[in-house]
Amino acid sequence: MRIPILKLHDLLLVSIQVVLDDKSALELQEDLLQKIHATNAEGVVLDLTSLDMIDSFIAKVLGDMVSMAELMGAKVVLTGIQPAVAITLIELGISLPHIMTALDLEKGIELLKDNGVVHP
Amino acid sequence: MIKVEIVKIQQELDIVMARQKGREMSKLIGFGAVDQARITTAVSELARNIYLYAGTGEITFEPIEENNKIGVKISAIDKGPGIEDIKKALEDGYTTSGGLGAGVPGVKRLMDEFFIDSTVGVGTTVIVKKWHKK
Repeated sequence: MRIPILKLHDLLLVSIQVVLDDKSALELQEDLLQKIHATNAEGVVLDLTSLDMIDSFIAKVLGDMVSMAELMGAKVVLTGIQPAVAITLIELGISLPHIMTALDLEKGIELLKDNGVVHP
Repeated sequence: MIKVEIVKIQQELDIVMARQKGREMSKLIGFGAVDQARITTAVSELARNIYLYAGTGEITFEPIEENNKIGVKISAIDKGPGIEDIKKALEDGYTTSGGLGAGVPGVKRLMDEFFIDSTVGVGTTVIVKKWHKK
């Protein structure tokens, strides 16, 4: 099953609600870039609240997804990373340093507003 | 009585299967949310290494007990090409697959005990353990 990407004004919203296998992660990467291209969206909020783990492969796909979207001219914010996931990622040795994050979807949209991506 | 579980790794989706089995067992043993995430992530890395480098293999999950602590022992065994330089494979950022190179050293940090044995042309065995007080 493909992960749905919703358009809200000039934003794209993605909430991952499925168990993320490698294939779904890579499909999401491609679908998101296509959707950015098709809608001219300048901001994306990717909500990870439901993810109970992120391993090195999924972290790489997420990090690449952010860089690729940025190359196209869209800013991506990752939101809702669970405490256990944050602890595990850092212990694993992954810090995702240049990535915008926010506590939840609402704060993610605020962050894009503050960065002038979304026009209130 | 929690029974031993084995997950065969033959295709990419088996990584998810192994992950779920790891989470199930760590829940049954009574690990908290953070340790469950550590164990599940370690299993995911081990399963992916089998899939990427050996093609096939298996992961065994066993409940363990010692003095006043209980835990889980996870063995990832394959008959793949083996690792030429184990010391290098344990270095952060070293990868031969284009990944982040966090896998093996990361697993070592997530778990309490870590053992690796690999022979070129024979295969690789990784055994990890995670403990918690009863």
